[in-house]
Amino acid sequence: MSLTYVGSVEEASEALASQGYLADRPVALAVHLAVALEQPLLLEGEAGVGKTEVARALAGATGARLIRLQCHEGIDLHHAVYDWDYPRQLLALRAAEGGVNEGELFSRRFLLRRPLLDALEAGADESVVLLIDEIDRADDEFEAFLLEFLADFAVTIPELGTITAARRPVVILTSNRTRELHDALKRRCLYHWIDYPSAELERAIVHARVPGVSETIANRVVTAVGRLREHGDLYKLPGVGETLVWARALLALGEDADLDETLGVALKVHEDVERVRQRGVLDGV
Amino acid sequence: MASETLTELGDAVSDQLAAVAARMRDQGSRAGVGELLAAHRALEAVDCTSREDARLALRAVLCSERGDLVKFEMAFHAVFGDAHVPLGANPFDELEGIPQEVLPHAGIPSAAPPMADAQSDPTAVPAAWSDVELLRHKDFATYTDMEMVVARELIARLARRSPMRLSRRTRPSRRRGHTPDLRRMVRGSLRTGGEPVDRAWRAPSRRPRPLVLVLDVSGSMTPYARMLLQYLHASVSARRRVEAFAFGTRLTRITHELGGRDHDRALERAAEAVTDFSGGTRIGAALASLNRDHGRRVGRGAVVVILSDGWDRGDPELLGAEIARLRRSAHRLVWLNPLAAHPEFAPLTRGMRAAIPHTDELLAGNSLASLEQLAVILEEI
Repeated sequence: MSLTYVGSVEEASEALASQGYLADRPVALAVHLAVALEQPLLLEGEAGVGKTEVARALAGATGARLIRLQCHEGIDLHHAVYDWDYPRQLLALRAAEGGVNEGELFSRRFLLRRPLLDALEAGADESVVLLIDEIDRADDEFEAFLLEFLADFAVTIPELGTITAARRPVVILTSNRTRELHDALKRRCLYHWIDYPSAELERAIVHARVPGVSETIANRVVTAVGRLREHGDLYKLPGVGETLVWARALLALGEDADLDETLGVALKVHEDVERVRQRGVLDGV
Repeated sequence: MASETLTELGDAVSDQLAAVAARMRDQGSRAGVGELLAAHRALEAVDCTSREDARLALRAVLCSERGDLVKFEMAFHAVFGDAHVPLGANPFDELEGIPQEVLPHAGIPSAAPPMADAQSDPTAVPAAWSDVELLRHKDFATYTDMEMVVARELIARLARRSPMRLSRRTRPSRRRGHTPDLRRMVRGSLRTGGEPVDRAWRAPSRRPRPLVLVLDVSGSMTPYARMLLQYLHASVSARRRVEAFAFGTRLTRITHELGGRDHDRALERAAEAVTDFSGGTRIGAALASLNRDHGRRVGRGAVVVILSDGWDRGDPELLGAEIARLRRSAHRLVWLNPLAAHPEFAPLTRGMRAAIPHTDELLAGNSLASLEQLAVILEEI
């Protein structure tokens, strides 16, 4: 299967499902559009709703190479695109006793390729899914650079010249919304907000991702997580990731293990745990 | 009819000025649109009936270096025709002793100074600085509309002063730092036969620290809310990474509404977005919403400034718990209370009493001077 097979919403949905990622229709539609229009897809949503997984599943299903750029504070061109291997350059200079000219020193031999350059230099017959993860952690300058990058899929390395992608990769960006992204970047992207899945879908996800889980466990966990999310008074709501871990925990402990005791799997803020216990939110699950 | 002729005349002048600039550019000078606009203003400022004055005024604005002088004279002559300045004469002659100096742009006011009105009383007008000085300590609640306009500029200046932090992004530095700059060292050692003789260093750069401003717009804050909202607007438009919220009984994010350069439109939009202006106060509930719904924006290293008088009709226990949580996730928590300016102020309101143990700083927020104090603290953080 290749990216050309994600030709419709249904096919996108099937492709994701084949990797154990059960997507609701809006997500499948967004992925289909990203592939069809060759436009970057910006995914936002609460932590743990599976933003990063979309890229992973899409790459897995279509046999595309997944190239991931994890953004972090202070990320710049040399973390994201390329850098020169300075220690080796210095060694080469010393070894040649100065007899190296600049062209040799700044040739491909000493070039360190970072994820974005990797994505550009993929062959015309190779499909690539480029995941730019947690873009909100990078600063505005990097965002501005990214905007340019996503416009022409080309970068210029002063010593080597301009490198242009033979074929546009499918680009998926994720953001946790710790800060607002620049409007220009948003305008360039397709946008989708991933919500918590419905109870029905979440049960299916539990079955797909945790092999051997019983109907009882899936029901209990999904109901419990649903109640926590509805409670609305918590600092940090459990995501799908937490549901899966909880299901695994019950699988290990036995079907009728006490949910209250294992609450630490889903809630990571002390006040939240206290509040849920006090108010008996999980009573009867 | 008469006005039409005038416009035509004006157009003719514009064309000719443009022609002069174009000719200068042809000869390699850098007279651009900015200079051209300045030239128009310059002609307004001098007596245009005197050809000589006009020429000198134009020369002052259109030339930016010595080499331009000759180009200007040639262009001026070609466009305006008169042989008053004979070609070939040295234009430096009339400058007498200073032709060796690069001539600076002359500053020419855009319009003639206002005519003194003979009938008006010669009352003393306070000089600008003393005006500002008086305004600095005046309570926002007693501002007139005029003073609000004057204060706007000062507030905008204060809003630009903001907390900074060290970034993980580095930049080249002259001083011996903690990270060697290998890139520059490799480049440098090409000159010295592969021997890295000169050490180069990089140092962390500084970036704006996230700032979260939370403004109380309930009834008791009404006299101050307008000015403080101006401060919020100025902060949002002055720098990046500022979030603005307003609350009475519930919290509203107004960062987007306050954005944009148009001051009045921004305040209008914000007022539309906030539905509970001049109503009751539930600080605890508002902070709860800030913690839960906007926790990511606040969290990790932000300076949170709460602008409120602390009159709370909600549950003081809730306020205590939420502000404790806010303090834990924020970098610093500053409380601006307009009432704190009063010499006999004591934090007696239930809200204030619950909040004070968790705030890093308690400041007055009733005057420009107190906002200045805030700016100083923000810079130090």
